[in-house]
Amino acid sequence: MKYLIKKFIALIITLLVISMLTFIAFSLIPGDAVLSRLGINATPEAIANMRAQMGLDDPVIIRYFRWLAGALHGDFGQSMRYSTMTVSQLISSRLPVTIIMAVMSLIIIALISLPLGMLSARVSGKWLDGLISQVTQVIMSIPSFFLGILLTVVFGLIFKVFDVGGYVSPDKDFWGCVHFLILPATAVALPRIAMVVKYLRNSVVTEMKKDYVRTAVSKGAGKRWVLYRHVLRNALIPVITFVAMVVAEILAGSLVIEQVFNIPGMGRLLVSSISTRDYPVVQAAVLYITAIVVIINFIVDALYQVADPRIRNA
Amino acid sequence: MKRKPYKRISLGVMILTLAAVLCGCGGGAGSSTVDTSSKETAEPAASASADHEFTFGLDSAIASVDPHVDTDAATRSVLFNVFEGLVKVTPEGDVAPAVAQDYKMSDDAKTYTFTLRDGITFQDGKAVKASDVKYSLERSAKINGDSSALSVISDISCPDDKTVVITLKSADSEFIYNLTTEILEEANDKDQGSKPIGTGPFKVAEYKEGEYIDFERYEGYWNKDLDCIDKAQIKFYDKADTAFTELKAGSIDAMWQMTPDQVKSLGDGYNVVESTMKLVQGLFINNTYEPFKKVQVRQALNYAIDRDAVDKLLLGGGSKKINTYGYPSVPEWYNADTEGTYKYDVDKAKQLLADGGYPDGFDLEITVPNNYNLHVQAAEIMKEELAQIGVKVTINPVDWSTWLSDVYQGRKFQATVIGFDFTSLAPSTWYVHYQSKSDNNMVNFSDADYDKTYDEAKTETDKDKKKELYNKCQQILTDQAASVFIEDPVNYIVLRKGYTGFASYPIYVIDLSSIKAE
Repeated sequence: MKYLIKKFIALIITLLVISMLTFIAFSLIPGDAVLSRLGINATPEAIANMRAQMGLDDPVIIRYFRWLAGALHGDFGQSMRYSTMTVSQLISSRLPVTIIMAVMSLIIIALISLPLGMLSARVSGKWLDGLISQVTQVIMSIPSFFLGILLTVVFGLIFKVFDVGGYVSPDKDFWGCVHFLILPATAVALPRIAMVVKYLRNSVVTEMKKDYVRTAVSKGAGKRWVLYRHVLRNALIPVITFVAMVVAEILAGSLVIEQVFNIPGMGRLLVSSISTRDYPVVQAAVLYITAIVVIINFIVDALYQVADPRIRNA
Repeated sequence: MKRKPYKRISLGVMILTLAAVLCGCGGGAGSSTVDTSSKETAEPAASASADHEFTFGLDSAIASVDPHVDTDAATRSVLFNVFEGLVKVTPEGDVAPAVAQDYKMSDDAKTYTFTLRDGITFQDGKAVKASDVKYSLERSAKINGDSSALSVISDISCPDDKTVVITLKSADSEFIYNLTTEILEEANDKDQGSKPIGTGPFKVAEYKEGEYIDFERYEGYWNKDLDCIDKAQIKFYDKADTAFTELKAGSIDAMWQMTPDQVKSLGDGYNVVESTMKLVQGLFINNTYEPFKKVQVRQALNYAIDRDAVDKLLLGGGSKKINTYGYPSVPEWYNADTEGTYKYDVDKAKQLLADGGYPDGFDLEITVPNNYNLHVQAAEIMKEELAQIGVKVTINPVDWSTWLSDVYQGRKFQATVIGFDFTSLAPSTWYVHYQSKSDNNMVNFSDADYDKTYDEAKTETDKDKKKELYNKCQQILTDQAASVFIEDPVNYIVLRKGYTGFASYPIYVIDLSSIKAE
């Protein structure tokens, strides 16, 4: 319990610091929400009116504390670009699709990379291992926007098994949305699968060289038994850390893939809010990402203890 | 050894679970995938879902559904379908009565009397009253302040429900062009930002911020002769490339501002409409930057840049080349005599540069908004061309918000490539951009003769004299080489076969009511 409280306080402090940094960074870059919204045809009065209305005339420090006071009450303010929407409304309309896509990507990653990584480790040094490592190397080096375009062209335009631009929002047609997201989720998953495979393989191969493995083998345990009963458990610890990073990354919303597939998720919202200087939205989106990272790190700590009892005792 | 069966069982269970999960996922996906593909082969044009038929892909999102608040090009081009003013811009480049049936201008150009159209209603079915007109004009004037074209109004009176009398502070013969200001319903005052109600041919069925806007025909629209599609969607994209892929795949039906290469790669199956973007694209130069204080240097740049080459490389050569800040798409207020003043001539450019005191050229930073491919590419071409006369260009790409605040508002720049569109057919609203004291005079142009001619032109009530004066304004901009005005870029609009139309307007609009299903 004490542990939990400690972690929770750490989370709050992290969020506070990050929110402050984001605010400062945003006030330093050129451009403001009103100008970027009204464009070149706006009259100076229209710009001044909207600035006053949005409270942009006040000094940064006042704006920050006003924002903070609201945020502590769960009110993240109005979007400046879409002024009829609150930040919470905007984010809750974008969050579900990002979460659905993240879960799908994770399933794909887990289903493919774990067996493939183990296989690669088992046949390490043989031609199959070489092939797997070559393929993963290639996949890792493809930039994700290009991968997205490639998948769209191959499956959407040539084979026509993917409905390009057929996105439907999950609250209208959940399974339709899931169906559409298969390809984007794959695009998100592929490079990460490659990384997890490589990571897992190396980790297992390193473990296999350790003394306890030799002991187990000399006891008469079969190769597979040793691999799954003894080695995997130890090999997983570094992999868990890595996968946790992947999870955080994916839950933050894929900045590139969401643009390529025109999916209205958190990634696109963050990018467009930055470019339109919609700082209340940016602020909330950054906090969301921070919270995800901190919470996932917390979960990882807990998982370590499951995988390795020594950490629990320490 | 005894443990082996246990191991096998646990492995077996694992594999079975995996297989089950895989089948569950893959099976569902697989079967629906087959469905889609068979549908697609059966009806290639069946992109239309039940909610909308025609989908237009736009490479930016609109800011809101309140036309008085948001006057940026994208928002205006979309909301044109929902709202109308007392008068409305026509494809021919004039204004025609819309909410008003007809109007009279007093001889001194100070009083305008409008009679509202018989039976005209808002999209919620309520009749448009004179008080709604008064409310709308006052609302827009209040939001846009003293610099707005409507600030010239001194009084609006409504003698009866169908008559509106507008009195101006001073004579303004161009005022009618500014009455395209959208008429909104007074009773909807609290919700103009979230519940759009206009008098236009289409009403908003659904609007998702940053995603799309769905339209359906307004049954009670005053023009019963309109023959067009019933439902439409305008879908927003961060990148035109994404929209283009979706157009190719068949999930959207139309796009604009395509390059000739893109049009070619689409092949048959599309109708192509050729128009222009209604922009003055050019290399806009800060007239207070040291080298540009000399007119010879500004002229040298004009001779050094080959407009034909720029156009050919950018858009295949179909654009309308210009030498002044004017809109060839509105011939009435465009001085065509300025065309061809600056023919590509490197030697002459070098000579002028030497005359201006820069025989060895100078350094020039061109700041470009990185979200506009057209302008970024144009800057790259100009960089090569200016190198020929010794002007060493560095290109500084910035994001749109930075461009607006640093370049447009702050005027902290040496040169930039951009395109200017226009919001109103009133020529004074464009030519004010070069008046020395104007807020829009981004290039810091200052010429006493121009200021004087502009003021005269604005107040002149005789149309011929007015045209002459505005022609003189444009001539001054050409002679003084206020900037390097390049072209109104060609605009290829592509519609999937099955759809025709897409009226070309002098302003930047997507008129859904001009699109027909075959």
